[in-house]
Amino acid sequence: MSIIVENITKYYGSYQALTNINLEIKSGELIALLGPSGSGKTSLLRIIAGLEQAENGNILFNEENYTHKHVKDRNVGFVFQHYALFRNMSIFDNIAYGLKVRPRKIRPSKKEIEQKVTELLQLVKLEGYKDRYPSQLSGGQRQRVALARALAVEPNILLLDEPFGALDAKVRKELRRWLRRLHDEFNVTSVFVTHDQEEAMDVADRVVIMNEGKIEQVGTPEEVYDHPINPFVYDFLGSVNLFKGNVQQGKLVTGNVEMNAPDSEDGVSTGYVRAHNFIIERKASGKDSIASIIDHIHTMGAIVRIEVIRHDTNEPLEIELNKEQYMELELRKGERVFVRPKELKVFVDYMAGI
Amino acid sequence: MEHEHSVVAKTNGPVIMTKNATKEPKSIQWILISIVLLFLTLFLVVPLIAIFVKAFEKGADAYLAAIAHPDSLAAIKLTLIVVLITVPLNAVFGVVAAWTITKYDFKGKNFLITLIDLPFSVSPVIAGLIFVLLFGLHGALGTVLQSLGLKVIFSIPGIVIASIFITFPFIARELIPLMQSQGTSEEEASLTLGAGGFKTFWYVTLPNIKWGLLYGVILCNARTIGEFGAVSVVSGHIRGMTNTMPLHIEILYNEYQFSAAFAVASLMSIFAIITLIIKSFIEWKTGFKSTKAS
Repeated sequence: MSIIVENITKYYGSYQALTNINLEIKSGELIALLGPSGSGKTSLLRIIAGLEQAENGNILFNEENYTHKHVKDRNVGFVFQHYALFRNMSIFDNIAYGLKVRPRKIRPSKKEIEQKVTELLQLVKLEGYKDRYPSQLSGGQRQRVALARALAVEPNILLLDEPFGALDAKVRKELRRWLRRLHDEFNVTSVFVTHDQEEAMDVADRVVIMNEGKIEQVGTPEEVYDHPINPFVYDFLGSVNLFKGNVQQGKLVTGNVEMNAPDSEDGVSTGYVRAHNFIIERKASGKDSIASIIDHIHTMGAIVRIEVIRHDTNEPLEIELNKEQYMELELRKGERVFVRPKELKVFVDYMAGI
Repeated sequence: MEHEHSVVAKTNGPVIMTKNATKEPKSIQWILISIVLLFLTLFLVVPLIAIFVKAFEKGADAYLAAIAHPDSLAAIKLTLIVVLITVPLNAVFGVVAAWTITKYDFKGKNFLITLIDLPFSVSPVIAGLIFVLLFGLHGALGTVLQSLGLKVIFSIPGIVIASIFITFPFIARELIPLMQSQGTSEEEASLTLGAGGFKTFWYVTLPNIKWGLLYGVILCNARTIGEFGAVSVVSGHIRGMTNTMPLHIEILYNEYQFSAAFAVASLMSIFAIITLIIKSFIEWKTGFKSTKAS
């Protein structure tokens, strides 16, 4: 089922949580709403679910206006960050709840409910747990029950609010892969909220990046990572180094260094280079070689993170090499090196001079 | 595993130290325990025994006769009627108030909480007087009520109203912290699964608060049975008509019928002891502690 978000605006008192949000989600897509805390991503999700009402705008499911439909009539599956399992019910009753509370006319028989719950328990690999209570389960198991409970009602869309936020790193990774497989199997349109960019990139078909109640960019993980449309997105997705300077005739001048920026307008600008987009050399190879001193070397598994200090401005830069490159170079702390950006993206500072 | 053990041992160290730091010598412990026991015996156990001794002073026959006296039976009946109206009403009010306060956000919420506490801070006698001034013959609403032929003061409705006022906070106060700590996400989950407001309350909210609710009901019940001040002001002390058990005891006592007074008092004490037993059972059953305002 497709979702259309139209001009959604939401206030909490005088605080504007969402400003004119427009978004189209295709049927069967898995979408991540990604942003820092306070960016409005959870508010948007709750408005789609009907748990909150927007001041302005419309929510359409399959082009039908659902804006004023009560949450209980929207047939959405909602998974909460802290599971929100019914503590007074067994796992079986938790999953069966959505079917049991249906009006008598459309309620499945006891046998059908039991069959359905058993299937779902198998799906989430908790067959032996049906008589236990939520408090007897681990965090990862609880979230799987929450998912099974949401899926039991065969929802039009599945909405997940930071579903793995309360879990430890390993379980989190397993569960998000599992969510992806589940989504491919059921093919239900899904939207999940996260502040973890790795999680969003790993799982989602498309990522919606939000900041301060607005959408900054929408695109596939590759699009938003490789072609961020503004400094915020660039900064938010992965570690990035900033070069503040001036563009003159296609060159960004920063400190003693000149970098090629052929498509940029003249003026005060900032260059952005991702940590893994650097070459480290022992000799200068052009005007864009930045003389630096190695300050720190951290080995983190297959990646080596090197912090260098620019000679001209004393600003730190963060560089990531893979283990092989690092071994080849035989770098040492305190050594003088030249650092050259492989890929540079320049954004004009509209705020400069104001 | 080795490593984990050493960590546990390390964190255990300081914990034991702090425990030791607050531990008194054995002798002081015993002295403190003795003081508490002595105090409880003197002020609670001895009076309780005295009630029963005094009640049976003239023998079991006199005891039964005192309780079977029409005025006593009328007082017991009236008390039960008041309880049967007051406690259910306050249970409903309490749940509604707690629900409103914990599940919604609105302006003036703190004021509402303060308002709920009002009966705790107002003297029961004053509370009773308020209703006399309001509903009495010369009261603000008295003339209207009289023209309609309704009598509130010096009759059962007045007693019920005063009892409701006095015992209103017990259930609400018990439920508010409980429901606050439980949050609203289970209710939200229920709504997204297609359950309406009533089903959500019945299947999700009520089971989660049932022990707290029962605890509040018991406190409310005990206070309704025992309430003297407010009820005394509005009842008018009409024998066999508007006397509840505490009022009846006072009258018997003032008429020097000590055995009869204590016989009825012993009956109330039995109610109180049963209440205590149920209360302890609930606490044991849930590990639930009263979080009433101190």
